[in-house]
Amino acid sequence: MAKVRDFWIAGRGVAAAVLMGATLAACGSSGDSSSGEKVKAAVVDGAVEKPNLKFGFIKLTDMAPLAIAKEKGFFAEEGLNVELEAQANWKVLLDGVIGGQLDGAHMLAGQPIAATIGYGTKADLIAPLSMDLNGNAITLSNKVWDMIKADLPKQADGKPKHPISASHLKPVVASFEQQGKPFNMGMVFPVSTHNYELRYWLAAGGLNPGYYTPGDVTGLVDADVKLSVTPPPQMPATLEAGTIEGYCVGEPWNQAAVFKKIGVPVITDHQIWNDNPEKVFGLRKDFAEKYPATTAAVLRAMIKAQQWLDADNGKNRPEAVKILSQPNYVGADYEVIAASMTGKFTFEPGDTRDAPGFNIFFDKFAGYPYYSDAIWYLSQMRRWGQIAQDKPDSWYVDQAKAVYRPDLYLAAAGKLVEDGVIPEDSVPETDGFREPQGGFIDGITYDGRTPNAYLGSFEIGLKEGQTVTASGVTGG
Amino acid sequence: MATVYADAAATAKPAETDTDAVKTASVEGPDAKTPTEHGGSGSSEPSTSVAQAFFARFGQSLIAPVLGILAFLGMWALLAPQVDTSLGALPGPVEVAEQGVALYGEWQASNDAKAEFEAAQEGRIAAGTQAEAFEYSGPPTFIDQVFTSLKTVALGFLMASVVAVPIGLAAGLSPLFNAAINPLVQIMKPVSPLAWLPIVTMVISAMITSADPFLPKAFVISALVVMLCSLWPTLINTAVGTASIDKDLLNVGRVLRLGWFAKLTRLVLPSSLPYIFTGMRLSLGVGWMVLIAAEMLAQNPGLGKFVWDEFQNGSSQSLARIMFAVIVIGLIGFLLDRIMMAVEKFASRNRTV
Repeated sequence: MAKVRDFWIAGRGVAAAVLMGATLAACGSSGDSSSGEKVKAAVVDGAVEKPNLKFGFIKLTDMAPLAIAKEKGFFAEEGLNVELEAQANWKVLLDGVIGGQLDGAHMLAGQPIAATIGYGTKADLIAPLSMDLNGNAITLSNKVWDMIKADLPKQADGKPKHPISASHLKPVVASFEQQGKPFNMGMVFPVSTHNYELRYWLAAGGLNPGYYTPGDVTGLVDADVKLSVTPPPQMPATLEAGTIEGYCVGEPWNQAAVFKKIGVPVITDHQIWNDNPEKVFGLRKDFAEKYPATTAAVLRAMIKAQQWLDADNGKNRPEAVKILSQPNYVGADYEVIAASMTGKFTFEPGDTRDAPGFNIFFDKFAGYPYYSDAIWYLSQMRRWGQIAQDKPDSWYVDQAKAVYRPDLYLAAAGKLVEDGVIPEDSVPETDGFREPQGGFIDGITYDGRTPNAYLGSFEIGLKEGQTVTASGVTGG
Repeated sequence: MATVYADAAATAKPAETDTDAVKTASVEGPDAKTPTEHGGSGSSEPSTSVAQAFFARFGQSLIAPVLGILAFLGMWALLAPQVDTSLGALPGPVEVAEQGVALYGEWQASNDAKAEFEAAQEGRIAAGTQAEAFEYSGPPTFIDQVFTSLKTVALGFLMASVVAVPIGLAAGLSPLFNAAINPLVQIMKPVSPLAWLPIVTMVISAMITSADPFLPKAFVISALVVMLCSLWPTLINTAVGTASIDKDLLNVGRVLRLGWFAKLTRLVLPSSLPYIFTGMRLSLGVGWMVLIAAEMLAQNPGLGKFVWDEFQNGSSQSLARIMFAVIVIGLIGFLLDRIMMAVEKFASRNRTV
């Protein structure tokens, strides 16, 4: 039991926080290296300041680094006593971290970014570690799948040729429109990877997923396909109820639709954008400043867990699946989780394909929080109107540097390299920007250094000078 | 009571269920005891009349409820497999009971893990590799969640009673005060816990800013929501009980020149006590229902979170585990009600005024 004096009243708490901020601002070490210069590791030493920690997560397989770090003892090795708690939805999780009930969490990459730029709840959150690459898919209801199946181009073996373009949905959406019904699809959060991936896929196929207006979070202006928010675990039930005709979500909820025979996954996010960055580990900026050694210890434990997950071509994956299927973690049946985590992915029943890159936790520098990844999310926020006004390229870079903290990642990873725990070539030496990336379904190349030029290359999406009002897109 | 059982066993055996009923009845206690038990049913009586006598005696108190439960279980076992959900067929009583056993097993496993953790920790501390002892941070099991919920409802109920009884007394004694608070009570009373929750959450989050508070925020939030919703039955009942005190009594008090405090403790409290306890019993029932809803929505630890987590898991055992939780929630609610009933009876055992 702690002491009663810990019951701070608001006034004292705020005063203390201000003082703390003032003293720590001096020794803060943000990655303010100018473009081209390599990101340097933050200087961290000393003992763990806060060993008892509580982290939140959503029941998705990509929370695995947290579960593994706890169950395989990596947190304990770093002198940490960590409690993991499942959260009902992304909003509850975000409020938990901002409000201090949680010390950190498995987060959507868009969450700390949106919080920092003040879209939704404004708070200073940082992402010092990227948790994984890929891991999502888009599922359609059986009804819609039957409508498009006949028109899909086939491979030699009679199975549909991948990747499946959203353009095949066009006649279905048109027929829904004729009957006066909206074509609804689900995603998990307005700033979620899933929202942007689903939008990317739809737009690449010529369907408009709708724009956001300032102060409106439904994003339905000019929409051909209407997207709405549903928490991941409820996706299959919502699809079954007929409220939505399809959804984009992380695993195991696509495979769950296959097992329950209520829907068919049509495309993975790996096919929409090869090796796209997914969840991040998010925490409050003041936490990392107040407890630098604790933060570094947490990151080291998670990097070890990530390495364990990808070790020797996934030899540990079955064990990981077993841990994740415990009711206090993901809790879905073993087979459902194993269906996507052990190198295979099932589309319709009988169409199981190799998907070695479906979940990447450690390889391909999966853990490094690249500035360019953050800028991609910012570019999509601008593309769909969540960022209402044009911003210069430098604004994108500044925001990315405020949220993504490779300096903290390097501090943790550097220690592990030094101790011989992880190989030296598993940590990239970079200025934080990936080389221009291809691998998108629409063939457009992305360069994180020039977000505005990138935005100009989309057929559907806001262009320079355009704004959105309730009646449609204006200007430009 | 032993004689009853001996009688039934000695005479030609009654139907199987009846024997069971008698067995149970014989442990049930003195309720069932009537004069005929001792004298009437001698071993010379024909067995049919014994069975009849038992049926007449226990028909309503025992046989009918047992038959009702059996019929319900039968219907459940028969109908559940016909409902096909996306998580498989609806589980019947057997599957639910199996999950109950599994949940108990998980609790034992967790206890073992905790003991192991603590032993290892002691070793580390002794070896000097760990500075301070940590609390076991494993996942809470079903039984832990039951206790969390009970603690929360106890705190909420206690706070509600502490607030409601004095206000109720004041309202009962002073018609003016009653008139002043009546509109507020009438408006606050029907508000759902789910509407209170966001407000309470924000207020508590703003007030407790310490990193390591005395009570966890989630616990305080749940308890406050329980309090806000279970306040009203106690308050209203107390006010009614106090207001309906016999005017003659008050007059006698005036004649005896009783002081304010003596009037309260000698006259008002004793005569309104039964009302107060009836109100508290209703409050506890409301509080228990509210708590589960609050835990589900706010994801505060407890049975409500257990139910919601299992729903989110969507595994093939989830439905059976949820049903087991529902049964446990019902049983605990029933138990709490019985406890309050006993307290109520005790409080009004010798109403001298």
